[in-house]
Amino acid sequence: MAEYKVKFEVFEGPLDLLLYLIKKEEVDIYQVNLTRLAGQFIEYIETMRMLDLELAGEFLVMAATLMHIKSRELLPVDQQAQAQDEDAGEDPRWELIRQLVEYKKFKDAAAQLQVLEARQENVFPRTPARLEFASETPSRCEASIFDLVSAVNAVLQRFGQRAEQREIFEDKWTVADRIQHLMRVLGEQARMKFSELFAGAASRSEIVATFLALLELIRLKQVAATQEEPFGEIVVYKTETFHG
Amino acid sequence: MELKPILEAVLFSAQKPLSLKEIRDVFAGAPEHAEGEESARRLKRVKEDELTAALEELAREHEQGGHSFRLACVAGSWQFVTQPEYAPWLKALVGHKARPPRLSQPALETLAIIAYRQPVTRAELEQVRGVAVDGVMQTLLERGLVEQAGRAEVVGRPMTYGTTPGFLEYFGLRSLEDLPAADELRRVAAQKPEGLATVDPGLATAPPEQLTLPTETTKPEGEPQ
Repeated sequence: MAEYKVKFEVFEGPLDLLLYLIKKEEVDIYQVNLTRLAGQFIEYIETMRMLDLELAGEFLVMAATLMHIKSRELLPVDQQAQAQDEDAGEDPRWELIRQLVEYKKFKDAAAQLQVLEARQENVFPRTPARLEFASETPSRCEASIFDLVSAVNAVLQRFGQRAEQREIFEDKWTVADRIQHLMRVLGEQARMKFSELFAGAASRSEIVATFLALLELIRLKQVAATQEEPFGEIVVYKTETFHG
Repeated sequence: MELKPILEAVLFSAQKPLSLKEIRDVFAGAPEHAEGEESARRLKRVKEDELTAALEELAREHEQGGHSFRLACVAGSWQFVTQPEYAPWLKALVGHKARPPRLSQPALETLAIIAYRQPVTRAELEQVRGVAVDGVMQTLLERGLVEQAGRAEVVGRPMTYGTTPGFLEYFGLRSLEDLPAADELRRVAAQKPEGLATVDPGLATAPPEQLTLPTETTKPEGEPQ
C-alpha cells in the first residue's frame, strides 16, 4: 500500500503557492502586482525542478497563465484592448484574482474546521454506566460446534506455523487424560479463554485430544463455551452442574 | 411536572445521544410506568417544536450556569458533554477517544468546499482548489465524511457530493447551518461564472440551459396551461 515518492507537501497546488507569495509580499490580494508575482512563481518552479521534486502539472498550467498575463502587459495599451475584444472573455487577471480570493476563503474555513476537529477530541460524552441490575453473566451466546471447530482449526494452523523444528516424542495424550486435566484447570480458574486451553500444547495430537475432551465435557454439561461478541474469542467456563 | 427537568433527567441517564424522535418515544412510553402520575399522561404526545424549545432553553441555562459540562446537539441528537478544558482529567479517567488520525490540510480544504457548496462535482472542487482532488476524495469517502449526493444535470451527468451526518458528528456541529461563517462562504457561490466548468464554450454541444429536462421548463406564474 505504501508508495514512496517525493512530493512537495508544503504547497499542495499552484494557488497555495501564489497565496504564499502574496503573503510574503504583505499586500492585499486585490492590489498584488501580478507581473512580479509571475516572476517569483516561475523562479520557485525552477528551484523545485533543480531539486528534482515532482511537479504537478497544475503548476505548469498556472505558470502558463501567469506568462500569458505578463505578456499582455507588455503590449501597448491600444493593442491590449483589441486582444480583449477578440477573446470576448474576461480579463485573465481578474479571473485569477477572483479564484485566489475564493480559494483563500475556503482555506480559512478549513482552518476553522481544524480548530473544531481539535476541540472535539477533548469533548467527552457520558460513558455507559454499569447497570446495577445487570446479571452476573452478561448476554452472550453459546458458541456453536462450527465456532468451536473453526477456533480449533485456527489453533492448529498457528501451531503448524510455529513448529518448524520438531522433536519426536511419545504420543501419550488420551482424551480421558485431557478431560481430567481440563477439569482440574477449570476447577481452579472457573473460566478461561479458548486459546489458553491450548497454550502449552506440544503436538497436534495433544491439541486434538484436548479439543475432543472439551467437546465431551460440553456434552456432559460440565462446561460451557460462549462468545461474548460476534467473532470474539470463545470463553470456556464451568457450569453450575460442574463436579470438580 | 415541567418538560425541562424531565428532559434533563432523561438526557442525564441516556448513554448515547438522543434524537428528537427517540425523546418523543420516551414520552410516549412514560404513562405505562407512571402509576397515576398525571404529567406523564399530559406529556404523552409532546410536539417536536416544544421539545426543541425546551432543549434549547436547557442548553442555555447550562451554558449560563458555567458548568463543566453542557448540553450539546450534534447532528440533530442531544447529549451532555464535558467542556474541552477538562480533557486532561478525563483522558486520565477513560483514556483517549478512539478517533481516526486528524485530517490533512488538503483534505480539510476539500471538505470545507464540499460542506459549503454541496451538492458539488469533482470538476467544481478542482476549479476552486486548482489541483486534482482524487486522492483526497478517496480519503473523505472512506472516512464516511462525504458521500455521493446525486448527479448534476449537465453534460456527462457527473456525480455530485455532499457531507454525511458523520461529518457533523466529527466536528461536533448541530447542522450545516452551524458551520462557521456559513453565510459568507455560501454567498461566494453567486459569483460563479455563468458557464459551467464542464461545458467549453467552443464546443458544438448545446449550452447547459438547453439541456435541462423539458419538465423543468419554468413558466411564468398564472400563464394558462
